[in-house]
Amino acid sequence: MSALGNIIRKEIKELLTPATFLPIIIMALIFGSMGNSIQGIQEQALESPVIGVINEDNSTFSMIANTTLHSYANVVFNSSSLSDKQAGLDAVQQRDGVALIVIPKNFTEQITNNHPGSIEVYWIMKGAGLLDTISSSVVEAIIAKVNTNISRELIQNNSSVNATIVLSPTQRVETTYFKSREFTGLSPNIIMSMLSSQSMFIPIIMMMIIIMSGSIVITSMALEKENKTLETLLTLPVKRTSIVTGKIVAAAVIGLLLAVIYMIGMGYYLQGFQMSGGINLASYGLVLNSTKFLLIGISLFVTLIAGLALCMLLGTYAKNYKSAQTLTIPITMLAMIPMFLTMFTDFDTLPIALKTLVFAIPFSHPMMAARSLLFDDYTLVVGGIIYVTIFAVVTISIVVWVFKTDRLLTGSMKKKRGKINTGLLFRKRF
Amino acid sequence: MATIVVDNLVKSYGSIEAVKGISFTVNEGEIFGLIGPNGAGKTTVLRIISTLLQITSGSINIAGHDLGKHPEEIRKLISYLPEDAGAYKNLTGKKYLQFIANFFDPKQNKSIVTKGVEITNLGERINDRVDTYSKGMMRRLLIGRALMIDPKLAILDEPTSGLDVLNAQEIRKIIKTFSQKGTTILLSSHNMLEVEFLCDRIALIANGRIVEEGKPVDLMKKYHAQNIEEVFTQVVQ
Repeated sequence: MSALGNIIRKEIKELLTPATFLPIIIMALIFGSMGNSIQGIQEQALESPVIGVINEDNSTFSMIANTTLHSYANVVFNSSSLSDKQAGLDAVQQRDGVALIVIPKNFTEQITNNHPGSIEVYWIMKGAGLLDTISSSVVEAIIAKVNTNISRELIQNNSSVNATIVLSPTQRVETTYFKSREFTGLSPNIIMSMLSSQSMFIPIIMMMIIIMSGSIVITSMALEKENKTLETLLTLPVKRTSIVTGKIVAAAVIGLLLAVIYMIGMGYYLQGFQMSGGINLASYGLVLNSTKFLLIGISLFVTLIAGLALCMLLGTYAKNYKSAQTLTIPITMLAMIPMFLTMFTDFDTLPIALKTLVFAIPFSHPMMAARSLLFDDYTLVVGGIIYVTIFAVVTISIVVWVFKTDRLLTGSMKKKRGKINTGLLFRKRF
Repeated sequence: MATIVVDNLVKSYGSIEAVKGISFTVNEGEIFGLIGPNGAGKTTVLRIISTLLQITSGSINIAGHDLGKHPEEIRKLISYLPEDAGAYKNLTGKKYLQFIANFFDPKQNKSIVTKGVEITNLGERINDRVDTYSKGMMRRLLIGRALMIDPKLAILDEPTSGLDVLNAQEIRKIIKTFSQKGTTILLSSHNMLEVEFLCDRIALIANGRIVEEGKPVDLMKKYHAQNIEEVFTQVVQ
């Protein structure tokens, strides 16, 4: 074998380990299943949207509008009286629909009198994620089609209405129902934009904090082993809980500092994407008061502790700096899953399997907390805090237990005093 | 008075029994050497006594404390120097000693560090970062770290491993001095000259068992040997 071949063979052998491949395989599997679920949501959204139609105006243009709506949407409720509005909303909601569209009495008359004909749209918004508003975008496109068809009719009949009305014969009058609230004059897309800081900024900050602090903890454990300082540390008169807590707290502080530095730049970058359109969230009762901020802080704190405890546990497997880098992959992955899911969808609109996954990942909770609290959903946030606290306590207890066993030094676990150990590895000389 | 009492100690890793029922006693102020071929179980015994590994069966008593029940109490009395130990590379030698001293009596902190600096005998280099130290300097720093707290029991795994003759001699003198002041020393070594020079008593370990134990002089007489190396060869073979 040539010298080059010899080196390549040795390098491949060194890199071809389960530690290198397992995290990537797991990541590929999770992202694959996530992709399938998101694709499912997209496909569902791109189907003919379910709507209800109340047409009070039985004349030319309203008929065009009505026909267009029936052609492109799945109309599950039909009426000619506005008094059926609540029944219509209920019917649409029952069928998991998007909107109830009302064509008022004077629709055709308005257009012929050179005023845009009003189309009242009562949106039923399910979630504030990017994918959740696809259905409403499809309905908006159908309404645009109504507009085009009426324009065509006006042009074909050489109508006397002015050019502006010919080009834009209708106007939307919108009301959105979202999480038991009524948003007059706002469409789901605008609401989603209003909430974009909660949807994008907070998950990215959380992900950065977790990855940075987690990496610090895992690397710290790896370096203790690589630099042969761990044995000395473990024979000093210091409690194992103090060693674990000390490493977690230090990593949390440094991780927060790094995240702040990182996010100063990221904040400016993301400002360019904020599309609140000058709408004040407070005017719709969407306010984060001091209690809510406190809950977000608690959620963030317990999650950070839980995440770092998890990293400590992974860190006990790190043999050196190189393996520490590999071990950060599962944490990165666990932070990215809820980040993308909360960006693209709403927890409420997720399929039950993904809902369980998102809830089980501790990092999800601070990512979802701000948006939930804006809509006074305390159950998810408080439930999340309780769950993550239990997760953190259990994980820290496991880490402390591992620190008390032989595992840290030999890779083996002692099961019971007096009985033979179930050794995983026996790599240390004795 | 005995500082260490090891009784029928067994340590298993899965199906492999690394230590097979070892018993020995080390008296206060004594230097006791564990010697044996590679893989005999010396380091495992030292790690167990240092509270790093758990006991599979048997018992160990250190200065009146049961190791299985009160490892925290034992950690206050011992100092362990692993064979391939390192120090935090981003610290200077002095800062490293300060870091370790902080785990002990806060009132004695300064005097502990001063003593550590004195033992290391690194001069001005004590203020340099650890990652600039040679192997000899690193070992001196670690010996300083291990002995500066005046431990009741110092457990030294190959204390002069990898050192040149002069550095090794210096460290042996330091160990001897501490023993004379009352510190009990338990050490392992491959260096038979070192063992002969340092140890009051030795135990020869092979395949996880003590095969011979006694004063170096008595063992040499018993085996009609010129030195401990000959005793070692005869016993192990």
